[in-house]
Amino acid sequence: MGTSMTPDEEPLLSIRDLHAHFETDDGIVRAVDGVSLDIYRGDVFSVVGESGSGKSVTAMSILGLIPTLKVDSGEILWKGENLLEYSDVEMGAIRGGEIAMIFQDPLTALNPVHTVGRQVGEMARIHEGLNKKQAMARAIEMLDLVGIPEAGKRAHMYPHEFSGGMRQRAMIAMAVTCNPDLLIADEPTTALDVTIQAQVLEALIAIKDEIDSAIMLITHDLGVVAGLSDRVMVMYAGRQVELGTVDELFYETRHPYTLGLLGSIPRLESDDTAPLIPIPGSPPSLINRPTGCPFHPRCAFAEVPGRCDSEVPELRSVDSSSHTAACHFAEQLRDVTLDDLRERVEKVAAEPQAPDLIEVNDS
Amino acid sequence: MTNIPPGTDPTDPNSSGHEIPETAGDTVTDVPQLTAARPLRVDVWRRFKKNRLAVAGLTFIVFLFLVAVFADFVAPYSFTERPGSAVGAFRQSPSSDFWFGTDSIGRDVFSRIVYGARVSLRIGVLATTIALVIGLALGAVAGFFGGLLETLIMRVTDIFLAIPYIVLAVAIAAVFGRSENAIIVVLGVTGWLGVARIVRSSFLQLKQLEYVEAATSLGFGRARIMFRHILPNALQPIIVYGTIAIGSTILAEAALSFLGVGPQDPTPAWGLMVSQGKGDLANAAHLVFFPGAAIGLTVLSFVLVGDGLRDALDPRLK
Repeated sequence: MGTSMTPDEEPLLSIRDLHAHFETDDGIVRAVDGVSLDIYRGDVFSVVGESGSGKSVTAMSILGLIPTLKVDSGEILWKGENLLEYSDVEMGAIRGGEIAMIFQDPLTALNPVHTVGRQVGEMARIHEGLNKKQAMARAIEMLDLVGIPEAGKRAHMYPHEFSGGMRQRAMIAMAVTCNPDLLIADEPTTALDVTIQAQVLEALIAIKDEIDSAIMLITHDLGVVAGLSDRVMVMYAGRQVELGTVDELFYETRHPYTLGLLGSIPRLESDDTAPLIPIPGSPPSLINRPTGCPFHPRCAFAEVPGRCDSEVPELRSVDSSSHTAACHFAEQLRDVTLDDLRERVEKVAAEPQAPDLIEVNDS
Repeated sequence: MTNIPPGTDPTDPNSSGHEIPETAGDTVTDVPQLTAARPLRVDVWRRFKKNRLAVAGLTFIVFLFLVAVFADFVAPYSFTERPGSAVGAFRQSPSSDFWFGTDSIGRDVFSRIVYGARVSLRIGVLATTIALVIGLALGAVAGFFGGLLETLIMRVTDIFLAIPYIVLAVAIAAVFGRSENAIIVVLGVTGWLGVARIVRSSFLQLKQLEYVEAATSLGFGRARIMFRHILPNALQPIIVYGTIAIGSTILAEAALSFLGVGPQDPTPAWGLMVSQGKGDLANAAHLVFFPGAAIGLTVLSFVLVGDGLRDALDPRLK
């Protein structure tokens, strides 16, 4: 794994400096603020971040699925063509045909009034013009491919007669029916039992190899990322903070936020009973973002006052051209270990100027 | 090599790697017992059967349909024949010859009520169908597309709702003339308001759901999403409303016939028969009673069936 990327190959999908916002009653929400990435055929590209970090919005913007999202600048290049300039009709052919999406909750993402087979087959009817009978045959074939036993019988059942894991398999079958080049999976296992998650991910990866596509995997589970991905992008407050191969991200972390994520994972295999290192505070509002680096109020290494709260860090290459990070002090992080992080976090927490739990202001 | 959280060592993922399962089925453990799929309608019928009143209503409606279809065999006379005039039986009370009596010109009331079932059911079903089609189309468009289109459609609905339908119907009837077909049009174009509002609110709710978003993400067209994915999920309240609406349309037809805006004599419309008999209420009450009872029973049956369907379609209501 991790070697399918060849530098001379053209990327399937290439996002160039994408900026997009929502207009709400409370103000402008900069949901995507400078994201650039390349996804190559065969890749498993993961996007990691907390809720509200803009990872789902970034993925949905590829297919133009959020009508209220306004794109300010940037390009979404699909096989060299800018999808942002496509009409709705042109996008219809891309959606499902070339890029397909797998949703988080298979319970709500399947239509309760149609049989599973009919829904899976509908893809082939639309994009390939099959008739009803051919579509059902294709649906059964696809359901079988994603590992649903007795697919012939189950194709005639309704979603409510399926278990959670089977529903998610059916969603995957639906998404891959027309052999898309890119599968976008938005937290595909979050709604499933832990015992089922690995199975579903396995089916997903197997099918990716079968149809020779790429996967954009949106998740907040670093364990999944470590096990399956080739490359990883970490997002925070709508910004891309670090991007690199799995090895680079896990072993040569160059952003304090990534380090924080790694520190907050429970480690079963460690001998010591060291407690987890939580990231203090909570993600910032995307309307009133902190000045400078958006992570600085929660960062154990921030230089405040200084560059961190005054200057927005540029995304730049560190160590290798494929590894980028947006931190003023990325190079200094080279020698920092998780133990250093723990020390720092504990020191900051012990300081008397820790914020009050409740603060009441006259406003 | 720093910062290694052992639990997330990428060389040793705790998910069992990603070899392609040879026979994918072998790896699946989350398989429930395969029971025979039971179609929804079987469940609905089972629950419907428990409601005795609804079953009684349905029985009456089926009976009425049969009577309407086979009126030529059921009725002893045609609705224009005047068998009473030959034997001097005008406004005669029910007897073994004339089960429901005779009217002022000697026609057999029973035969006229039997043929009247045709008129009422035809008007009720066709007018309701027109109302459903208009209401569905407008409500679906308003709910799905929103924006200016929605505002426009819903304000027109509000304006129509503000005018009493009888006044509107009388006005439209004045334009279309006073025939059976005219009254179908009249009731159809005044009946869609409620449907449009129900459909719009269902669509507003359903278009937010993830399976609609999923359908969009898979490249399904708008028309397909509206009619194949949202509409079937919105049908339940429409079925209930439509059933009750047939009853209320028959009642409205009777009211308009009574007012003289509906079909004209000799059409055996029940409302018209009540209207013609009202002058003889004191000495020949059967002229009002039988057509009145026919209207009442028919409307009641449709309402009972509608109520039964609502309970049967939504198992949470009980």
